[in-house]
Amino acid sequence: MVPVSYYLVLSGILFTCGVIGFLIKRNIITIFMSIELMLNGVNLSFVAFAAHWQKFSGQVFVFFVMVVAAAEAAVGLAIIIAVFRTRETLNVDQVNLLKL
Amino acid sequence: MTASLHLWLIPALPLIGAAINGFFGRRFSRQTVAAVALTFCGCAFLMALYVAARFSSLVLPHSEFLAHWIRSGNFMVDFEFYLDQLTLVMLLVVTGVGFLIHIYSVGYMWEEGGFYRFFSYLNLFMFFMLMLVLAGNYLQMFIGWEGVGLASYLLIGFYFTRDSAASAGKKAFIVNRIGDFGFLIALFLMIKHFGSLNFGQVTSAVSPLPIETAGVGLLTSIGLLLMVGAAGKSAQLPLYVWLPDAMEGPTPVSALIHAATMVTAGVYMVARSHIIFDHAPNALTVVTIVGTVTALFAATIGIAQTDIKKVLAYSTISQLGYMFMACGVAAYSAGIFHLMTHAFFKGLLFLAAGSVIHAVGGEQDMRKMGGLKQYIPWTFLTMSAATFAIAGFPPLAGFFSKDEILARAYAANPAYWFIGATTAFITSFYMFRLWFMTFFGDYQGATEHGHAGSHGLGGHDGHGHGDPHESPMVMLAPLMILAVLSVVGGWVGIGGRFEHFLGPVFGERAASEGATEALSRSTEITLMAISVGAAVLGLYLAYLLYYKRRDLPQKIADALGGLYQAVVHKYYVDEIYATLFVKPLVDGSTRILWHGVDQGVIDAAINDTADGARQLSDAARHMQSGNLRSYAGWVAAGGALVIAYMIWMGVR
Repeated sequence: MVPVSYYLVLSGILFTCGVIGFLIKRNIITIFMSIELMLNGVNLSFVAFAAHWQKFSGQVFVFFVMVVAAAEAAVGLAIIIAVFRTRETLNVDQVNLLKL
Repeated sequence: MTASLHLWLIPALPLIGAAINGFFGRRFSRQTVAAVALTFCGCAFLMALYVAARFSSLVLPHSEFLAHWIRSGNFMVDFEFYLDQLTLVMLLVVTGVGFLIHIYSVGYMWEEGGFYRFFSYLNLFMFFMLMLVLAGNYLQMFIGWEGVGLASYLLIGFYFTRDSAASAGKKAFIVNRIGDFGFLIALFLMIKHFGSLNFGQVTSAVSPLPIETAGVGLLTSIGLLLMVGAAGKSAQLPLYVWLPDAMEGPTPVSALIHAATMVTAGVYMVARSHIIFDHAPNALTVVTIVGTVTALFAATIGIAQTDIKKVLAYSTISQLGYMFMACGVAAYSAGIFHLMTHAFFKGLLFLAAGSVIHAVGGEQDMRKMGGLKQYIPWTFLTMSAATFAIAGFPPLAGFFSKDEILARAYAANPAYWFIGATTAFITSFYMFRLWFMTFFGDYQGATEHGHAGSHGLGGHDGHGHGDPHESPMVMLAPLMILAVLSVVGGWVGIGGRFEHFLGPVFGERAASEGATEALSRSTEITLMAISVGAAVLGLYLAYLLYYKRRDLPQKIADALGGLYQAVVHKYYVDEIYATLFVKPLVDGSTRILWHGVDQGVIDAAINDTADGARQLSDAARHMQSGNLRSYAGWVAAGGALVIAYMIWMGVR
């Protein structure tokens, strides 16, 4: 039996990778993927705890997260396409019309 | 219940005059301003005469209620007017002398700027003074008390463009404030212990109390605090220093406020509070000592002054000392008697001095006068009457009142009498010194143009005079009336009639007015002879030094050396006060209060808070970069912080 802490460490690493990627990458799609990475890092800790405590609620949460992530991916990709069509770039630093 | 006399009209009339001249006087011609001021002041005088005429038909003390003022629980203060013999005397003196001085001022101030302002202030002063005199309770008296202080401040600083006048005004106001502080605490004590400030109620509250012979009890404290107030207003030691400086004001102001009326308010207040003092012999002793010492002290300073108004100022302080001496030996009516005669002759002295100053074109230094007798005969005559009166020559006014005081002082304690008689001699000396220096010998002033002295009175500087000239009739008439009063004013006291008149006010003490009679007839005559002798001696000495041998005073001054210097410099009292009180206060205020507390704490707190806020927001501003990913970074950092905190809490 793999101890729960291993899962948690992996989950933390995944999440941190997501955060770092989100912060340092400029391409919107990469940023988007970093967000997915964070979500899945969290999902991993959910299922790890669910297995550990023999409870289903954790697993149910993961399903919810997946559903939301799918919806988000659909909306997000649509936005990205719309942005690319108008700005002809995917660099977030150039998508700064709202900035003073 | 006697019919209402509408006493409130007496103070109200000058107030209306002050308001009219104060608000609209700028647009009036001088004639209109003078007419308004004189009409309202004159009407007040007529009212006072009417009251005097109706006086015998009144049930005394007569009190008139005007309105409620303060009603707080059991404590009530009303606007009410109180009339008894003492009030009547003060009323007649204030309105009578005040009216004469109003007339005189029309002539004296005619050339001056701010004519309407002057008369507005003068009427305002009359209002407050009459409030003070007619008040039915101590709080109302206090309104008048503060109000005359205000009017005095305004009038001393009348030539406000001149720095010395402005600071003299401030000095008078501040020194008076010290006295008022004592008065106010006395009022608080009365409220606390008697529950009322009404004269009648205070009297009935105090009457049953035992006489405090030893220690400082309630009544003694109240008495002493009242005396502090009186010392401030009436320029007694140690608070007299403002009065000589107050001579910066126009001369009619010196005559009205700083000689005849306002400065006597302290004496009036002590006499009005006689019931308290009667029950506190220790406080009375303090009053006597303060009065006696002030009388002598101020008189000696008067010897060496060269400014004609300064001599009169110190003389006023000295005479006020006499009045307090009289009050201190419980001879209140003698004090009030002297107050009245003093109002006549000292008012006259100041007005005549004003006429002299007017004649020589604003010069106030007596050394530059001399020989004025032939130039201004009327001024000379009237001033002579006043000089002989104040010196105590019979049968002039000053003789009777001063003699009365000295006799009563002798009955109380011969030491008081001795100092009083010495003072009488000195008074006679310096008054005749003034008289000889001003009117006899040769005219010392330059007769050609352009001598307008730097000592001069504001507007009188301007016209370069030729020979000294007599004042106009509008100024001379009041002089003559006052001269007559200075001569005959004392006759009302012959045979103790004045005392008998005031007797009911001072209650059972009046019965012991017989103290004078307690002195044997021969003692009385001896005392009288001595005081007349002192006056004659003073006259002779002044004649010798300032008429016959004009070189002698300088030699004597040189021989006396340090003592003479001390007297010339008024015993360095101003300098001592400056070192002891003013400088530490100014320095302390500058260093501790201004630089320390105000700038160091209050300003610093506000400025530092503002600076801190600006610096903080300056730093925080950079968070708001507009860069989306930096926001995400902050969110991540915040999240990390929260997690770190939770871990730390969990570990603990």
